[in-house]
Amino acid sequence: MAAEVKAPPLRADTGAPQALVPGAMAASKPYLANAKMQQALGFPGELVDGWEERAIGRMGELLEQYRSLKVYMDACVHCGACADKCHYFIGTQDPLNMPVARQDLMRSVYRRYFTLPGKLFPKLVGARDLTREVLDQWFSYYNQCSECRRCSVFCPYGIDTAEVTMAAREIMDVVGLGQKYTNEIIGKVHRIGNNLGLPGPALADTLTGLEEDVKEETGVDVRFPLDEKGAEVLLVTPSADFFAEPHVDSLIGYAKVFHAAGIRWTLSSHASEAANFGLFIGNYDQLQTVALRIRDAALELGVKRIVVGECGHAWRVAYSYWNTLTGIGAGGDDPFAQMLQRQLDSRYRQPMHICELTFDLIGRGALRFDAEANDLRTVTFHDSCNVARASRMGDTPGGQFEIPRAIIRTVANRYVEMPSGTTHEQTYCCGGGGGLLSDELLDLRVKGALPRMEALQSVVGSHGVNFMATICAICKAQFSKVLPYYGFKMGMVGGVHQLVSTAIRLGPRT
Amino acid sequence: MTPATIAFAIAFYVAFLVLVLGTGYRIYGYLRVPAPLKIPTTPAPTTRGGVVLRLTREVLFFESLFKAGLWLWLCGWLFHAGLALVLARHLRYFTEPVWAWVVFLQPFGIYAGFALAAGLAGLWLRRVFVARVRYISTPSDHLMLALLLAIALSGLAMKFGAHTDIVAVKRFFLGLMYFDVQPLPADLLLYAHLVLVVLLMLVFPFSKLLHAPGVFFSPSRNQVDDPREHRHLAPWAARLDPKL
Repeated sequence: MAAEVKAPPLRADTGAPQALVPGAMAASKPYLANAKMQQALGFPGELVDGWEERAIGRMGELLEQYRSLKVYMDACVHCGACADKCHYFIGTQDPLNMPVARQDLMRSVYRRYFTLPGKLFPKLVGARDLTREVLDQWFSYYNQCSECRRCSVFCPYGIDTAEVTMAAREIMDVVGLGQKYTNEIIGKVHRIGNNLGLPGPALADTLTGLEEDVKEETGVDVRFPLDEKGAEVLLVTPSADFFAEPHVDSLIGYAKVFHAAGIRWTLSSHASEAANFGLFIGNYDQLQTVALRIRDAALELGVKRIVVGECGHAWRVAYSYWNTLTGIGAGGDDPFAQMLQRQLDSRYRQPMHICELTFDLIGRGALRFDAEANDLRTVTFHDSCNVARASRMGDTPGGQFEIPRAIIRTVANRYVEMPSGTTHEQTYCCGGGGGLLSDELLDLRVKGALPRMEALQSVVGSHGVNFMATICAICKAQFSKVLPYYGFKMGMVGGVHQLVSTAIRLGPRT
Repeated sequence: MTPATIAFAIAFYVAFLVLVLGTGYRIYGYLRVPAPLKIPTTPAPTTRGGVVLRLTREVLFFESLFKAGLWLWLCGWLFHAGLALVLARHLRYFTEPVWAWVVFLQPFGIYAGFALAAGLAGLWLRRVFVARVRYISTPSDHLMLALLLAIALSGLAMKFGAHTDIVAVKRFFLGLMYFDVQPLPADLLLYAHLVLVVLLMLVFPFSKLLHAPGVFFSPSRNQVDDPREHRHLAPWAARLDPKL
């Protein structure tokens, strides 16, 4: 890691081609997971003997399990459509951070071991043996991808670098090269129930404290229930919402929405975490094991609905994968899924995003707001990558863009859109997603935030924007950390339900 | 029957088998391997019909590439559209009587030959002069462009320069189709054109040309966005469901 982390200068012309700086980020890599963290997830504690054979073996298995990987290894024509689309490339100018080059770190190995031309003429087709140098390059550059899928928007074949990064991390995990931040956290989820390692009693205390805070501030008894059997809604939210700033303000917002709408809800100490870092490391077993906690909690508490708080990758896992992994959803024709789906109320989308819930309540006139309460804020909205490109809200494509914006426009009077090409499906990642939200990667994170900071600067300059709303715990934590490097106040970032919380009326109707 | 005719006849039979069986085998591989998770790049269509439209736009108009950049899109689209027309035009060598729509396409096919060559030249210039693209290019990327451009130029040279006996060429290919080999005109330009085409057919199933079938099997493009409504389960993933 560089001695001093500095933000790159904002570019005058964001459309101009950038110079390449080969090797600029070659030294950037995360801490290795130690033996204990690795073994807790069933991975070897350190680089195993015969790792090359084992890595190639696992790659062969993945090629038989994931059509995405198999097609994506073959289909790339090196056209370069993706090359300048990655925020890490834009921020670092390291050519190996071009999505195609990142993919080629694996594709070169795939060609060498799995294709005829690569076996016969490796140089001609850019095929390489999996040497220790190549493996080290993997560890460095596959941990410089936030799996945000922006590149996949522009690829004529939809090649998604996230799929390649996940496969690479899985291969590295099974030969003993785990990433400390992600693997330690997954271990905590298994042991304690959430990413932050907050045990049940501490969570109960925190929630009681929040009830007191809200009572003091509003005079209303807004409840934050935990493990209440018979509640209608189970809320699953990132554990950062329980005490991190600005996350907690959104949790208060959810609680006020439930209160105002008269919905009986509960959190679960067993499933006190929406995040699922199994996604980041591309390991199906971990992804499923972590997700099954939610199913267990839902069955135990007997809830009718499952609602997910503001968390980007968690919403991807919930929306796109929960039905597959756990049966949370609808349409299951097998006993495993039906057991849960009979319990859930099929009149509602399962699972449901907290923004969908709030939006539906607004549409029914069940909530009232004083939007002027947010008048000190000029708000813009940062689309979180996993929500934007890997999930949906509502019933029509693009609902994930419209619904949060509609909520903001309802609860705040001043709203400004950032420049096109930096939002909606083309949104830039915050720079801290995909399991990279770790201090030793701060240099990378600051640089990766560059294109978002440029877009933010343009609306700060033109409209005096002073609040960037988002619906992701990682975005909130990342921006809180990197905004000051670009001369912004860290308090500029916050949740959509933080705005809701400010404007919502809690008293009886008059 | 000249040795050249016999050599070309054998070469085309072999190349045809390699192309069809090789590509078929690769497609079988894509079909056989499941996509265990729902990963369409969203916003994505919520119905099968919507997915057909999305893929159609992708294949006919290169929708995603258009978002990436105008010049790349223009060169790529010119090349592919030109190639499609030129290939269609070449059907006259394989059909008797020639199908009406192929007859109709003939004049357009001639211009398409220039579009094809221009598109390829643009793509190659990009590969040489744009630093990003140069960085990711392998020798095979350049060779592939060279091969395609040489095919295009040798074809255009026969059309506009040294004409070849296309009636005899047609007899040769119809003969191949009916296993009744007819003499191929002794013409070096024609030989060059056909050798390069044989080469292209041979490398197709082993190269990045697999992007052509690959685009139809890309889960980020061909999946329906309906994970909450239907339980999507691959066979190997279904076996991992916990026992009740």
